[in-house]
Amino acid sequence: MSHDTYGGGVRSWMTTVDHKRIGIMYFVSAIVFFFVGGLEALLIRLQLGSPENTLISADLYNQLFTMHGTTMVFLAVMPLSSAFFNFLIPLQIGARDVAFPRLNAFSFWIFLFGGLFLNSSFLFGGAPDAGWFGYANLTSTQYSPGIRVDYWVLGLQLLGISSIASALNFIVTIINLRAPGMRFMRMPPFTWMTLLTSFLLILAFPAITVGLVMLMFDRTFGTNFFNPAAGGDVLLWQHLFWIFGHPEVYILILPAFGVISEVIPTFSRKTLFGYPFIIYSGVLIAFLGFGVWAHHMFAVGLGPIANSVFSAGTMLIAIPTGVKIFNWIATMWGGRLRMDTPLYFAIGFIAMFIIGGLSGIMHASPPTDLQQTDTYFIVAHFHYVLFGGTVFALFAGMYYWIPKVTGRLLHEGLGKLHFWLMFVSFNLTFFPMHFLGMNGMPRRTFTYLPGLGFDLMNLVSTAGSLLLGASMLVFVWNLVRSFRRGSPAGRNPWNAATLEWSLPSPPPHYNFRTIPEVGGRDPLWRPGGAEVDPEDPTAPEPVMPSPSGWPMLLALGPVIAATGALLSSLLVVFVGVAVVVVSVYGWAFQPLER
Amino acid sequence: MEHEAVMEMHHTTTGIPHRKVLIWTFIGSECMLFGSLIAGYLAYRGRSVVGPYPEDLLNIPFITVTTFVLLMSSLAMVLALSAVQRGNRRGSIIWLAATAVLGMIFLGGQYIEFSHFVHEGLGLSRNLFSATFFLLTGTHGAHVTVGVIWLLSLLGMELKGNLGPGKAEIVEVAGLYWHFVDVVWIVLFTVIYLLV
Repeated sequence: MSHDTYGGGVRSWMTTVDHKRIGIMYFVSAIVFFFVGGLEALLIRLQLGSPENTLISADLYNQLFTMHGTTMVFLAVMPLSSAFFNFLIPLQIGARDVAFPRLNAFSFWIFLFGGLFLNSSFLFGGAPDAGWFGYANLTSTQYSPGIRVDYWVLGLQLLGISSIASALNFIVTIINLRAPGMRFMRMPPFTWMTLLTSFLLILAFPAITVGLVMLMFDRTFGTNFFNPAAGGDVLLWQHLFWIFGHPEVYILILPAFGVISEVIPTFSRKTLFGYPFIIYSGVLIAFLGFGVWAHHMFAVGLGPIANSVFSAGTMLIAIPTGVKIFNWIATMWGGRLRMDTPLYFAIGFIAMFIIGGLSGIMHASPPTDLQQTDTYFIVAHFHYVLFGGTVFALFAGMYYWIPKVTGRLLHEGLGKLHFWLMFVSFNLTFFPMHFLGMNGMPRRTFTYLPGLGFDLMNLVSTAGSLLLGASMLVFVWNLVRSFRRGSPAGRNPWNAATLEWSLPSPPPHYNFRTIPEVGGRDPLWRPGGAEVDPEDPTAPEPVMPSPSGWPMLLALGPVIAATGALLSSLLVVFVGVAVVVVSVYGWAFQPLER
Repeated sequence: MEHEAVMEMHHTTTGIPHRKVLIWTFIGSECMLFGSLIAGYLAYRGRSVVGPYPEDLLNIPFITVTTFVLLMSSLAMVLALSAVQRGNRRGSIIWLAATAVLGMIFLGGQYIEFSHFVHEGLGLSRNLFSATFFLLTGTHGAHVTVGVIWLLSLLGMELKGNLGPGKAEIVEVAGLYWHFVDVVWIVLFTVIYLLV
């Protein structure tokens, strides 16, 4: 790896404000949390492998499914998308860094500290156990005494700060740091989906922030927001949670759509079919995503009018989603397909996402949904969209862009082995859950009785999950192998069209010595596009922002305050606030370039 | 407060400074925050099962005065920005201080109101009115407090001679935040006090 880009000791990583290094730190942390969440899933599957199993207790089971969901959503998939945003967005739009490099470092550190804070609960009194959705009033002090739910409340608030700060940064970056000629409708689709995801983040997170503050007040100060005995309404929580939670689904899938819209054209040697349709469909999905939250609440009895409206809205989202799928297929149609690993994962994504999308349309209908709510059918559905969809797409993105990050190619054979193992074992694990759900097996229950017709399919699912875990080891081996002796990637190993491929791999720390001029979409495929070579050796080396320790220190403040809240120690809370105040001023009066 | 912009210092694609795009985007996010809080307040309106109830306690004339004070602080903010942009140091100091002081008077009014409510038996956990009222107006008060600290920091910079027309942008950004917080109060005043 280039010393220029990644050199320096631990200290240089702790104070870095370089978007590429921050992207790598997001990647490594997210992969570690992905394995933690995966391990939790394997324990769940081992417990469910046979009826009346006593491998783990009901109490531990509750902690595991809560932390599995919370970890995969907030600590694995979202930060993995963030890793892509961080590394790629400035490169794709022809910028030297993000608009606010230190804010970017802050977002990463508070994510990492928040993730560690949440997981430290396993060591101190047990992990959160009220589900990733934390429905009231299961989360009240009456039904959840102790500090487990407090861990969850405070941890999610910390992660919310990270997401909002990062999203604000990427909105400003994409709006304001595009290279000359990079008009909105010339932006790479991945940049577009990042922009939409960022808007979803800043608009959706405040709703759960408010819900979490109310819950914290109920638990700490004895208010009655979610206490029916005092007139409170437990459904207020569900509304606030899902007003966040449904856009969150698109926060998880839109970056995946962006990745697929980059991988498929590159490996089909064809420009993206119907680019404006892809973009506008994304916009429509993001917009409609705010108006369908109550389809998570069909079973609570909102009444026929509300149910019909939310049902119709939900089915409407199938249209722009379907448009995208047809456009991807049309892009491949008649293309010269180059069957490398990223394309395998991209095609796997389309197939698996269609299955998940179809089961989604099924429970968009309230009468059908009432049969499926809280059964394994729902578990099957969202794993087909989140794992079969997002995770397959993110792997396509990893095989595609890691050579740009490290400068070395991954092994094709191992990549394809990884794909086939993952593809087969994923379906072995989750397809039987459709039948289990249809047969009435409830979610979030730590065991089941024999003779209900659940035994065989649970066994198949558990076997599949173990294989799925093994397939991830192939990926890790491929990664390690590539660091050690992967063949050099060169600038543009896939002959791709977007600006990041015009740079050396890994790119120099300033990215572009001279900012490129963009004449249209797919700049490197345009006539004369190969000459988009911003590396003009006569140009002076750009001055980049200096490292700063303040972002990390500022991120430490809220974590200290959260710990104080957990210990009910006002003193520790004040220490945290003091750290925040000192760091804000230290940061504000420290020049960006020194 | 140093420039965060990396690229050719002042060049941006849209011509609008980064910080201004940031604060507008942030205000969009804040709208959802206050929107959720207001929705919670309205959802629980009239659902308290024990008193005191809003009609027993809300002192509309008193809050009308503090509302007027907060609105006047927006005027002072406009004058402060204009003075900074014109390089009028004396004017900047007066109007930045005036904005902060008017903000503090508003907060003082909120303190008097809150302690009166608590004295009348409306503690935070008394009923749904108390919980939603204190959460909503308290969040707003916290925003005003942050704004006052921000303004005092700018005042400190001006007193040390570190603020001038070249740095008017950071005053403008603080001003956008301040005006937003004022506008939110207009909505809260209507929702809580006028619709009682």
